[in-house]
Amino acid sequence: MAAAADAVRRDGDALPLVAIEGLSKVYVRGDQVIPVLVDINLGVREGDYVALMGPSGSGKSTLLNLIAGIDKPSAGSIRVAGVDIARLSEADLAAWRAEHVGFIFQFYNLMPVLTAYQNVDLPLHLTSLSRAERRERVLTCLALVGLTDRMDHFPNELSGGQQQRVAIARALITDPTLIVADEPTGDLDRTTAEEILALMERLNRELRKTIVMVTHDPKAAEHAKRLVHLEKGVLVDA
Amino acid sequence: MFALLVLRNAFRHKLRTTLTIAGIVVAITAFGLLRTIVEAWYAGVDATSSTRLVTRNAISLVFPLPLTYAQKLRQVDGVAAVSWANWFGGVYITERNFFPQFGIDADTYLDMYPEFVIKPEERKAFLVDRNGAIAGRKLANEYGWKIGDRIPIRGTIFPGTWTFTLRAIYDGVDAKTDETQFYFHWKLLNETIKQRYPKRGDQVGVYVVEIRDPTRAAEISQSIDATFRNSLAETLTETEKAFQLGFVSMTEAILVAVQAVSFVVIVIIMAVMANTMAMTARERYAEYATMKALGFGNDYVAWLIFAESLGIALLGGALGIVLTFPLAHAFAGAVGTLFPVFNVSARTLAMQVGAAALVGVVAAGVPAWRAARVRIVDGLRAVA
Repeated sequence: MAAAADAVRRDGDALPLVAIEGLSKVYVRGDQVIPVLVDINLGVREGDYVALMGPSGSGKSTLLNLIAGIDKPSAGSIRVAGVDIARLSEADLAAWRAEHVGFIFQFYNLMPVLTAYQNVDLPLHLTSLSRAERRERVLTCLALVGLTDRMDHFPNELSGGQQQRVAIARALITDPTLIVADEPTGDLDRTTAEEILALMERLNRELRKTIVMVTHDPKAAEHAKRLVHLEKGVLVDA
Repeated sequence: MFALLVLRNAFRHKLRTTLTIAGIVVAITAFGLLRTIVEAWYAGVDATSSTRLVTRNAISLVFPLPLTYAQKLRQVDGVAAVSWANWFGGVYITERNFFPQFGIDADTYLDMYPEFVIKPEERKAFLVDRNGAIAGRKLANEYGWKIGDRIPIRGTIFPGTWTFTLRAIYDGVDAKTDETQFYFHWKLLNETIKQRYPKRGDQVGVYVVEIRDPTRAAEISQSIDATFRNSLAETLTETEKAFQLGFVSMTEAILVAVQAVSFVVIVIIMAVMANTMAMTARERYAEYATMKALGFGNDYVAWLIFAESLGIALLGGALGIVLTFPLAHAFAGAVGTLFPVFNVSARTLAMQVGAAALVGVVAAGVPAWRAARVRIVDGLRAVA
C-alpha cells in the first residue's frame, strides 16, 4: 500500500482508489517462464483518468485485465477501494466486477442478438433493481451518450461509433467505481474516435468517473489526465 | 433476459437451426415409428389375460390334442372353464390377404374373451348359424365386410373352399385388443373333417383354460401336464402371455435389429447436434467472455448453451412426435392386417420426449463445459 500511495501522492494527496503493489505476471509455456509484468507499483486515485501506454507486448493490456479483475496476478496485490481483488474467489470476483467495473472494449463486444437498449440493460440483470428502475437508468445512460433514438436498433444496424457509445452506456449503467477501456478508439476513424474520447473525458470531468485506458495512440492519450508508460513489463514513467 | 438470449441465439443462424431441427424431426419420427413397430410385435403379448392358460401338444403346436381332454381339464383343481380352438390357416382371395382364422368352441370361447365386445343379437345370430363367422372390426373394415356377407376362404390345412356368413363383428374393449381375427364354429370344422378324414376328427389345436386364481397359474399348469403325462399326447401348459411370447421369440432377431436401429438413429442425431452446438459455442466465446467480464457466472453461460440446445432438441422432438401419428397411420394402412394393433403408445411418446431431451442435454455437455471454463482474457481475444 505504501509504495502505491507514494506513487499517487507524488501527484496529489488523495489515497489511491486503485493501489497496485509488487505486481508480477508470468506466463508458463512448457519449461519457459515468460515475465509479462515485473514488480509494478501504481496508484490511481478516485476521479483520475489514466492512460496506459507502451509498445505492443509491453504488458499494458495485461495490467488493465488485472486491474479489472478478469485475470489473476502471479504475485503482488491489487487493492480497489480497499479490496484485494487478487485474493477473491472466481465467483466473488465476478460479483465484484458486476458492481465495481465498467468495461469498454476495442471491438465494443455488444451482444448481437440484443438491441441497444437490451445491451445497456444487460448488466442490471445482476442487480435487484425493478424493471421500472432499470428502464429509468437505461434511458438516462442512452440519453447521456446521445442514442435514445437508436435504442431499438441491433448492433449491426449501428455504426462503429454508435456501437461504442452503447458500450459506454453499458459500462456506466451500474455506476461502477472504475471504468476500464482497452483501446476504445482502436477500431474507429479519427473523427469518431475524437467523439468517443470527448465523451469519455466528459464522463471523467462531469461524473467524476475513474477511468483507466489502454492506448497506443498519443492523441487518445492526450485526453487523459495522467500517462503511464510500460516497456517490457516494467513501469518506466508513472 | 435469459429466455430472450436463449430464444434469439437459437434462431440466430436460421438455416443452421432449421436444418438441425429437421434432422431431429426425422430422427424422433423414425425412432417413434420403429418403437411402435416393436410394440406392435408385442401387441398380442400385451393383450393377454393372466387368468388364461394355453394347453397344447408337448411335441409341437402342429400336433393336435384329443377332444376328450376337455373333460379331464375341467376336473383339474383351480380350473374355472375350458374352451378350444383350431388354427385354420386359410386364404382369402390371395395369400397377401393374411389374417388369423380359428375354429372355436363358440359358447365357451366367447365367454372367456370379454375383451371382444359383440352385440347380443349378433352373438345370438352367430351361435345359431352353423356356417356363421365373427370378424374383428378392423378386419371387416379392411375388406369392406358387412353383416350377412358371404366370405369364401380357401383352406390350406383343411382343403376346399369354406364359405362363411358373417354374423357378428366384434369391437375391442380397448386399443390394445386385436380386431383382425376371424372366428367360426369348430363344430363345422370337426364335422367336415370327420366326413372327409374320419381318423382326424375330434382333434383340438389348443385348449384355452380359464383359472380362478392367477397366482396359481404355475401350479395349475403343472397339474394339467401331470394329468396327461405318459399319455399318447402329452401336454405343455403355459400362461397365455408365455404362449404369445413364444411366437415373438421366433422373430427376436428382427426385433433386436429394429430396436438397435431405433437407438442408432438417436445416437447419430446426437452426434450431429453436438457438432452444431460445439460450432455455435465456439463462435460465441467472445460473447460468453464478455458476459463473464460483466459479472455473469460460468454457470449462467453454461445454462445458456444447455437451454438453447434443449430448446432446439425439444422443438424438433415435438414436431417429430406430431409427425409420428400420421406416419404411423399411413404405415399401418400400408401393411394392412400384418400388425393387428398399431398404435403410438404413451410409452413411445414418453420415450420420444426422453430421447429428444437426451439429445439436447448430451449435445450441450461439452460445449457448455468448455464455454464455462474458457478464461475471460482468452475469450475476449477471440474477437480480434
